[in-house]
Amino acid sequence: MAVIPVEHGLMLATVLFSIGLLGLLVRRNILYMLMSVEIMLNAAGLAFIVAGARWSQPDGQIMFMIILTMAAAEVAVALALVLRFYRQFQTLDTDAANTMRG
Amino acid sequence: MNYVFYIAAAVAVFSTLMAITRANAVHALLYMITSLLSSSLIFFVLGAPYIAALQAIVYAGAIMVLFVFIIMMLNQGPASTEQERVWISGKTWVGPTMLCAVLLAELIWIVRGDPAWLPGKTIIHPKDVSKALYGPYILVIELASMLLTAGLVGAYHLGRREPERREGES
Repeated sequence: MAVIPVEHGLMLATVLFSIGLLGLLVRRNILYMLMSVEIMLNAAGLAFIVAGARWSQPDGQIMFMIILTMAAAEVAVALALVLRFYRQFQTLDTDAANTMRG
Repeated sequence: MNYVFYIAAAVAVFSTLMAITRANAVHALLYMITSLLSSSLIFFVLGAPYIAALQAIVYAGAIMVLFVFIIMMLNQGPASTEQERVWISGKTWVGPTMLCAVLLAELIWIVRGDPAWLPGKTIIHPKDVSKALYGPYILVIELASMLLTAGLVGAYHLGRREPERREGES
C-alpha cells in the first residue's frame, strides 16, 4: 500500500484544478470550456479521495460519487445546450453569443 | 510503491495540459481520456479501488463518449471525411497511446508485483463505501437520483428539435 503524503495529493489536485481553470479562461470554444469544467470537477474529486485516504474513511469516496453524478447530469444538459448553440449560431465560439436575445 | 503515484501524477498533469492546448477537438478528447484514466490509477494507488473503477467506467467511458457523440454530430458534410482521414493517421493517437501504455505498465506492475500492498491497512473496500452509502448517507442516493432525473429532463427539453417558428413569434 502506497503511503503518499497528503500534501502531494492535494498539490496534484490543485495543479489539475488550475490547469482546468486556465483552460476555461483561455479557450473560447465551448467544447473546450466544458472539458475544462470536467477537469476541474475531477480535480475536486481527487482532493476528496486524498482526504478520505488520509483518514481511512469512506466519506471521501461518497463525496466523489456525488461529484460524479453531478458531472454526468451537468454534461448531459451542457451538451444539449451545445447542440442548441450550434444550431442557432452555426459556430462553437462563445463570443458569438454575446447578446442575450437568442 | 510511491513512485507509481508520481508517475501517474506526471502523466495526468502532462495529458491535461495537452488536452487544453490542442487545436483539434478529437486530439484534446484523447488526451482528456488519458488524463481521466491516470487519475483512475491514482485513485487505485490511494486505496479507493471502487472509485477507480467508477472513474474508468463513468468518466472515461460514458461522459467522454457523450463528447465524442457531440463532436461527431457537429462534424458533417464532405469536410468531415477528410478530417477522418487525418484522424486515422498515426500522429493523432501516438501521444495518448504512449501515455496510456505508461499507465498500463504501471497497473500491470502493481497487480503482478509485491502482493503485500494489496489488502493494505488503508484500502477502503467497496463494502465499506456501500455500507456508508446506504446507512448514514441514504439521502445522497435520493439527491443523486433527483439530480440525474433533472439532468435527463433538461437534456431532453434542450435537445429536442425546435418546431418551425410560427407567425408572430420572434
